[in-house]
Amino acid sequence: MQFYEAFDLEPALSLDADDLKKRFYERSRQWHPDKFSRASMAEQEKALEMTAVLNDAFRTLRDPVARAEYFLKEKGFELSKEAPPELLEEVFELNMALEELREGDDSARPQLIEARNRFVAMRDSIDESLTAAGDRGDLEEVRALLNRRRYIRNLIREVENVLPN
Amino acid sequence: MSFQIDFGNEKSPIVGIDLGTTNSLVAVMELTGPRILSGIVPSVVSVTDAGGVIAGAEAREMLLTRPDRTVYSVKRLMGRGVDDIQEELKLFPFHIVEGSESTIRLKLGDKMFTPPEVSAHILRKLKLDAEAELGVQITQAVITVPAYFNDAQRQATKDAGRIAGLEVLRLVNEPTAAALAYGLDKRKEGIVAVYDFGGGTFDISILRLHDGIFEVLATNGDTHLGGDDIDNLMLRIALEDIASEWGFDISTKSDAVQLLRRAVISAKEQLSFVPGAKIEMEYGGKTYLREITRELFDKLVAPVIDRTLGPCRDCIKDAGVSVGEINEVVMVGGSTRIPMVRGAVEVLFRKRPHTELNPDEVVALGAAVQAGILSGDVEDKLLLDVTPLSLGIETMGGLVSKLIHRNSTIPASATEQFTTAVDGQRNVLIHVVQGERELVKDCRSLARFDLKDIAPMTAGFARIEVRFLIDANGILSVTARDQRSGKEQSVEIKPSYGLTDEQVEAMILESFDKAEEDFSERQLREARVEADSILAATDKAKQNDAYFELPEEERASIEGHQ
Repeated sequence: MQFYEAFDLEPALSLDADDLKKRFYERSRQWHPDKFSRASMAEQEKALEMTAVLNDAFRTLRDPVARAEYFLKEKGFELSKEAPPELLEEVFELNMALEELREGDDSARPQLIEARNRFVAMRDSIDESLTAAGDRGDLEEVRALLNRRRYIRNLIREVENVLPN
Repeated sequence: MSFQIDFGNEKSPIVGIDLGTTNSLVAVMELTGPRILSGIVPSVVSVTDAGGVIAGAEAREMLLTRPDRTVYSVKRLMGRGVDDIQEELKLFPFHIVEGSESTIRLKLGDKMFTPPEVSAHILRKLKLDAEAELGVQITQAVITVPAYFNDAQRQATKDAGRIAGLEVLRLVNEPTAAALAYGLDKRKEGIVAVYDFGGGTFDISILRLHDGIFEVLATNGDTHLGGDDIDNLMLRIALEDIASEWGFDISTKSDAVQLLRRAVISAKEQLSFVPGAKIEMEYGGKTYLREITRELFDKLVAPVIDRTLGPCRDCIKDAGVSVGEINEVVMVGGSTRIPMVRGAVEVLFRKRPHTELNPDEVVALGAAVQAGILSGDVEDKLLLDVTPLSLGIETMGGLVSKLIHRNSTIPASATEQFTTAVDGQRNVLIHVVQGERELVKDCRSLARFDLKDIAPMTAGFARIEVRFLIDANGILSVTARDQRSGKEQSVEIKPSYGLTDEQVEAMILESFDKAEEDFSERQLREARVEADSILAATDKAKQNDAYFELPEEERASIEGHQ
């Protein structure tokens, strides 16, 4: 997996954030294009390529969710966009409330604020489970959690688009 | 005696240039630290009646006498289209040539200039000043840009450098440069916010300083907000005053407007230090005089200052830090001299901002430090900057699909698969935009990339992998590969705003001739200065008693040569 290779790390769902940061700074000092401004064209291009990958890799691996998504994708797991069945009823009600608010019915507002807070709490609890499942190396569980998380994240975004702060 | 400057021996240094909206500066890294070379160069360019182009203080004087042939604040036009600058045109006396939708062309006298060409004249002036002071030829530079500059604005700045005969080794963001200068010799660690409020642009950047690494966490800003906006507010009021006092409107007389603008700026600058100032102007035998108090001034500029606070809050949020975690706030740019700006920053960040650095010089000094990093003279410092705006491509229904998010550390890249929609399709057009909004029409169009000569095949069968790469200057490049053949796919770039490579090349060729002229003109000026000093020395020597002891024919020869 290219992003792990960039740090000389064995692919793993959980990793040490401080160690990752240390490796990032070390490799930045080594490969940043600033260090190659008077080098040959080929060396400059290599430095640019190395740092671009390093930066992309750091951005992905330091974030537990992006890291899990990348890891699963590389392992050949597909993530789905389907609504988790246990959320269907709630999503139906949420969409009604969103529609009412969009049409100018302000009475739906408290319901939406309440829904947003509930979804944010759900997301936070998923993040905790995600870390635990990652530590156990339970990829199926990680996938299920990521699907659920992705869906909930979109719901939160939708509500926040309608609710001005 | 020869006045030839020896360009042969010494290694030519990389200079750092702050190409500002109002003023520009050039600096160089020396053993003792960064140093400003020569003086401030006003970012003004003018075409003389004889057809010559001048830049700097001389050109600024022409603003009063020949406003129709003189351009200032050209930075606000860099990388922009005519539609973007309609607000500017109401107050700036620019003559825009018809038909310049994607590239603005300004008419000065009977000559036409694109904004990068105007900027190139300022850069050339800085280059000549630096060469005169250092006695070596300058060919490489680091140039600063507002952190919030988009791709087109950055590209335009790079083009300006090339036209001026400078290889632009790096574009560095102004607030980041300021942080470099600020944190240079202090062993600083922690979170620093840089509030950069200049003549035409506003930036806020939040950095983490750690063991010589300057890591930008987030940046935000407004490339159309600066001291110019305050000047224009005051100018509008003064113009209305005059219209009612004198009974006629002078806003169409550009010499009068420039005179008034200067009076307004002088009052604004005084108000940073005293509680009241006068706007005073004489024109056509009439006198205009108005007292303006700090209180009134504060009321006037409050909305402008307010517009800087939203980007600050967003930046703090994007950086993932709390206000309490920010250890220091550094003020950069002339507009941060305004007491009300300092007050607003102190309230928002809950700490007294650093104002001990000269806000006009710190960016150029930082650019020189970055030049030192590139040359290898400064070894232990490293700058990790970010891209200020998200990069995306247009998808079905005019929606934006984001590929690289704002505040990603650069260089950054993203790959995307493309295919054909119709049997036998030979081209795929990719529209790249920059911005945070969901719809293409609300983002900034960067360029259209045309994937050409695709081998004809069934719809959906082609597999073209496109790689978007933002380099350390914040500038995008696009490469494509046909995954079936493994071959490089040709990509034609059509920039939405700005110059094509061919246009820049043509301008460079043209400027080579100019460079010769510049060089001989400089030699002439230097010879003149040298001659004046020899004359003065001779005059002085003639006062000496020893002079009269010289044989008569020698004295006659000296008199004859004088």
